[in-house]
Amino acid sequence: MRDRTLWTWHIGAGLVILVLLGLHMTIMHLNATLGFFGAGSTEPTEWESVAARAGSVFFTLTYVLLLGAALYHGFYGFRNILMELNPGRTLRQVINVGLTLVGAALFVFGTWAALAAPGAATMGG
Amino acid sequence: METRARPNRLGIRGWVVGGRWGFERYLYTLHRLTGLGLLAYFVMHIFVTSTRAIGPDSWDQAMAVVSGPLFAIGEFLVFAAFVFHAINGVRLGAIELGFAVGRPIEPVYPYQTSVGRQRRLAMAVLALAFVVAFWGGLDFFAWT
Repeated sequence: MRDRTLWTWHIGAGLVILVLLGLHMTIMHLNATLGFFGAGSTEPTEWESVAARAGSVFFTLTYVLLLGAALYHGFYGFRNILMELNPGRTLRQVINVGLTLVGAALFVFGTWAALAAPGAATMGG
Repeated sequence: METRARPNRLGIRGWVVGGRWGFERYLYTLHRLTGLGLLAYFVMHIFVTSTRAIGPDSWDQAMAVVSGPLFAIGEFLVFAAFVFHAINGVRLGAIELGFAVGRPIEPVYPYQTSVGRQRRLAMAVLALAFVVAFWGGLDFFAWT
């Protein structure tokens, strides 16, 4: 695939991350700020909170979307950094294939974790 | 994006050391460092949070391992890195699309660059990142 297309996806994935990771950071780490607006009264890492989010279709979908966007954005950015170190032809192919495989494996594993959690919201109910 | 026209022959030093390229060049280095840090954390985060798939006991054990003041500082650094990387990323996207660099001018001596126009946006990015990270720091450590 042409680099220009991959780069456009990289920017698009960055925008998705900006929104979803911003939301994730706020929910998980800015408890006092949320409390100021009358939300976030429970500890987000307590199992009850985790299970409640796992049972929500919105959270499950956004987790998987964020996972894919962040893995693509991160690994494509890492690839660009490595490419600027001017590797040889064979090493370039190893980097391209290796990072794609690692990214895909992490996406499959992370998606499984999101969907397999007890009480997780899935399309099958 | 990679470039075939003028490959980086300096290796890691080529993108870490900005020389006299200016303030924005070091924001570029910081953008890369924060990006690599966030990627490393994210891969680790996938494995830690995947314990929820096994059940509450496994989750609680994982949370016990990643709790404590050292991890709180680490999480705050991740938060601050995200804040900088996100806001600076918006700046980079805006500049790539031609915003905040001024209108094109003829290359007539004495030459002018768009660096002066970009500088204000770069300073605004740093200021905004500092304010948001500072707010986050208060939420992480003072308001809990």
